Amino acid sequence: MNFTDIHTLMPEIVMAVLALAVLLSELVIRRKETVGLLAIVSVAVTAYFIPTSFGTVFNGMFISDGYSVFFKFIFFTCLILTVLISSRYLEIERSSHGEYYALLMFATLGMMLMASAGDLIVLYLGLELMALSLYVLTGFIRHEYRSNEASLKYFLLGAFSSAILLYGIMMIYAQTGTTDINTISSVLTEKKATVSLLLSVIFLLVAFSFKIALAPFHMWTPDVYEGAPTSITAFMSVGPKAAGFAVLGRVFLVGLYPLQINWIPLLIGLSILTMAVGNILAIQQRSVKRMLAYSSIAHAGYAVIGIIAGGNEGVSAMMNYLLIYMFMNIGAFSILILMRSEDFLGESLDDFKGLAKTHPLTAGLMLLFMFSLTGIPPTAGFIGKFYLFKAAVGAGYTWLAIVTVIFSAISAYFYLRVVIYMYMHEPEGEAVSLSGSPSLGLALLISALLVLFIGIYPSPFISFARIVTG
Amino acid sequence: MPGRYLPTEYLPVAIFIAISIAFGLGALIMGSMVRLRRPYREKLMPYESGIDPVGEPRVRFSIRFYIIAMLFVVFDVEAIFMYPWAIVFDKIGLFALIEMIIFIVILLVGYVYALKKEAFRWE
Repeated sequence: MNFTDIHTLMPEIVMAVLALAVLLSELVIRRKETVGLLAIVSVAVTAYFIPTSFGTVFNGMFISDGYSVFFKFIFFTCLILTVLISSRYLEIERSSHGEYYALLMFATLGMMLMASAGDLIVLYLGLELMALSLYVLTGFIRHEYRSNEASLKYFLLGAFSSAILLYGIMMIYAQTGTTDINTISSVLTEKKATVSLLLSVIFLLVAFSFKIALAPFHMWTPDVYEGAPTSITAFMSVGPKAAGFAVLGRVFLVGLYPLQINWIPLLIGLSILTMAVGNILAIQQRSVKRMLAYSSIAHAGYAVIGIIAGGNEGVSAMMNYLLIYMFMNIGAFSILILMRSEDFLGESLDDFKGLAKTHPLTAGLMLLFMFSLTGIPPTAGFIGKFYLFKAAVGAGYTWLAIVTVIFSAISAYFYLRVVIYMYMHEPEGEAVSLSGSPSLGLALLISALLVLFIGIYPSPFISFARIVTG
Repeated sequence: MPGRYLPTEYLPVAIFIAISIAFGLGALIMGSMVRLRRPYREKLMPYESGIDPVGEPRVRFSIRFYIIAMLFVVFDVEAIFMYPWAIVFDKIGLFALIEMIIFIVILLVGYVYALKKEAFRWE
């Protein structure tokens, strides 16, 4: 490492410095929306250093390539959308503090490190930075019992999964003598798949499954997603999940690629189980927030298919799916935030009764996001699923694609139920009063436009993902 | 010989551990064998330096203790990091100095934050 290589690390350095600056700005700025605005400006400044950041530093410990840049693009958009939907919501929850934005930036910094990690230790470092910020953010509504409980549950299970990850890294290190992902791959090509080697693969897989909430390691997800502030639920179900997929892809498709025939069956099993658990348990939920938590489990099950299929096609399909999922999921959570007002929770299915009569525009947007989550054309959700299935069929997993189609047909029941409540029921009691704000409106506009745009004209995004993985 | 290595240089440590355990246990066992046993109420009371104990043994501590403890750990770790840095400082030179300044500045931000949030004030 010399100072001529510093451009590779520039986005991370800038992000870290600006996150610290935002933390300090909280002390002097009275209006907390301004701190949020500073966070958005910081993301823009950080993004400016991305195009010149390509390269590898610290002997391959830190890689900035097309793959990581695509994921960083997802993280930045996710952060901006989250800040936009947060400002008014935090006031309603009486939790408007500037630390919120600083913590979001630290979490994003952790995710950036994860996406760029060429070494298992750097990966762990980024993962912990992300996770520690998220534990605090989950319990950010300090006076609410539900939020505290979610935070504690998330912390305990997160710490547990981190320990499992460290154990897996230790076992890999014991057998290959390195933590560098590329070197692990070249060492493993000359080794036979011994029992202890497979055990370490399982440890890594379990730890990552915890982070991206694959069944049967999803138990924390519904409670945490329900208890966390809605804006953080939106953030958690997109950014950190994408970061989890980024490391899953890097570790399994590069580092452990020589053992592919051994881990593919495990991943297929996890994927099918995840889709089953997520979609079937979502049917029972009366709370829309909890339903979206289960739906987020199910969507992780879909996205894993990209890694199972592997190759340029599979990975780019997975990345595209995560990008599309971000817009439709943050959109759906924005509607939930719109419904929340001072003395009204607005999370139950019954609260959506007759929304089309009282607030047709809100109902229309929710309809769009629900259609997209189901995967109905011409929305982006359809495009995401289409390319995943195409990759699966191309890699010879036609039966897996069929299973996925069946589960996504099941998912139509609970997504479209929201639509039925909005359009085919009469409004009950007094009309829901929405708590809109310009920034929330902007976030909804961006999500809705992109859900439609990718749905109708997907080729720029598809080819972008193909180029960066190619 | 590989596989049959005995760390003989650690033998004194093992002997030391064995002797200290034997000494501690031996003193307790000897004491219980020779001492008189005449318990009465005052003797069985919890020891509070001669005065009568007051209140419950479990008291709730103020949350501020935890904040102080947390801040202590942060700066404690900072000091620990400085020891190895100071030892290799002359080999690495200017680069090490810059690295340490960055590290301290990051912690300084935390310190300023804690100070402004009045984490060090008791009331």
